[in-house]
Amino acid sequence: MSILVLAEHHDGQLAGATAHVVAAAQAIQQDSGGDIDILVAGENVAAVAEAAAKLDGVSKVRMADNAAYAHQLAEPMGALLVELAGDYGHVLAAASTTGKNVMPRVAALKDVSQISEIVAVDSADTFKRPIYAGNAIATVQSADALKVITVRSTGFDAVGESGSAAVEAVDFVAENSQSTFIKQELAESDRPELAGAKVVISGGRGMGSGENFKLLDGIADKLGAAIGASRAAVDAGFVPNDMQVGQTGKIVAPELYIAVGISGAIQHLAGMKDSKVIVAINKDEEAPIFQVADYGLVGDLFEILPELESKL
Amino acid sequence: MKVLVAVKRVIDYNVKIRVKADHTDVDLTNVKMAMNPFCEIAVEEAVRLKEKGVATEVVAVTIGPKAAQEQLRTALALGADRAIHIDTSAETDQRVESLVVAKLLAKVVEEEQPGLTILGKQAIDTDNNQTGQMLAALTGLPQGTFASEVAVDGDTLQVTREIDGGLQTIELSLPAIVTTDLRLNEPRYAKLPDIMKAKKKPMDVKSPADLGVEVASKVTLLKVESPAERKGGIKVGSVDELVDKLKNEAKVL
Repeated sequence: MSILVLAEHHDGQLAGATAHVVAAAQAIQQDSGGDIDILVAGENVAAVAEAAAKLDGVSKVRMADNAAYAHQLAEPMGALLVELAGDYGHVLAAASTTGKNVMPRVAALKDVSQISEIVAVDSADTFKRPIYAGNAIATVQSADALKVITVRSTGFDAVGESGSAAVEAVDFVAENSQSTFIKQELAESDRPELAGAKVVISGGRGMGSGENFKLLDGIADKLGAAIGASRAAVDAGFVPNDMQVGQTGKIVAPELYIAVGISGAIQHLAGMKDSKVIVAINKDEEAPIFQVADYGLVGDLFEILPELESKL
Repeated sequence: MKVLVAVKRVIDYNVKIRVKADHTDVDLTNVKMAMNPFCEIAVEEAVRLKEKGVATEVVAVTIGPKAAQEQLRTALALGADRAIHIDTSAETDQRVESLVVAKLLAKVVEEEQPGLTILGKQAIDTDNNQTGQMLAALTGLPQGTFASEVAVDGDTLQVTREIDGGLQTIELSLPAIVTTDLRLNEPRYAKLPDIMKAKKKPMDVKSPADLGVEVASKVTLLKVESPAERKGGIKVGSVDELVDKLKNEAKVL
């Protein structure tokens, strides 16, 4: 059976996550065979389809270009995927907010389970996924005829872009009288979004106040980093809770994670311990964060941060 | 309008979990359990809607063993009016997967006819992030996932959603299903008098069979392992040394 990958795209551009999902599809294909098709759904997405056609390993791009799929609302997107799913044994999407919103809906409509955020493929029906905020790795086997899966991008290396798949239009138009797009406010800062950033610098209770978080700005600017926070910093009112990294906040796995004034409670570690390199800056040399940090610097963050900013 | 809120009993988020020696699962014996944090946010939102006069009644529902009634009592202490426990103690398959939970909840939605159903966006044990979306699909209702703001206006609902890169506002026709994100509210704590009063509030107990839903998993848990341990790192003596290590050793700058 073939594999369908839902393309992730924003602002008329194919998102990098899609190349990681195709890599997961290739791992399944090694076991089950079949073609890998990509579905590009949205409004004015011809350029996205062109980009998707270049991904290695893709046989065909199916393009549903219609106002019905603008902003990729769950109800029409779910209906579209259900319409197409009959041709496939696996349907995959990135574990992005779009994939997480739509895929469980598709699974339930097809009366199958969904497997969330896989990080490895053992075979065409057996997958590894983190549970308990990454504190355990479960190996799960699906007995469903159709496997509906979301893929954690950091688990798979992106495929290349030397392909030349054909683009084919999908005529199906989903009816939707239940949901309407009103508006979107995308973060305007030049800083990358927390969950997808290559570098993250986070502050904890040790920052002392919300005002002191400004000390992180200059370093974040120089490194192209996103700024995060521990729950302690959020609970103390220093920063809003959408900045929270941890079990109940965002899970990040950047190349470099810099923890400043963060003791390293398990709930915080759950959100960042898959980072490639972890740096801890803390005045308490007994802080648990040093047990997971690749590089630890014991000292006063109010002296270290300005010095670090000047030396980057 | 009636508001239905689904809660789940999970391991307390402060507990450091242990994988069982035989790798069959995580060890939950003698471990502190609590209401899933995202469910607390769901209960809080339902109670706030009642305080605003939007909701007339708040019904809390859970699916799980008898002990899960503790979490329903917590929801009642926080302001829910009554509770429904779907008791899975008698089931051989104690691992009730999201699709089955959604099917059970769909039956409750059918019986109770809530104007709005609120769930957490994900449970911190399975980390699935599926049940709300599946419930919406099975009931044929629209979904507002990862909500950071909800506003009821007549027979429509405006939901502001946390999406990658920012916020999105959508309008849904009611009835609808909403799942909560972290930013939606700050849940209150239960006060002692309210905890006492909650003991007298009504709680219905049903079985999956009463609702005509079979509890059977189509996904088998083969193995649970601890993640790879991080290697212990080094302490550096100065900012210069740190920058040097990041540039030349770790090569991340």
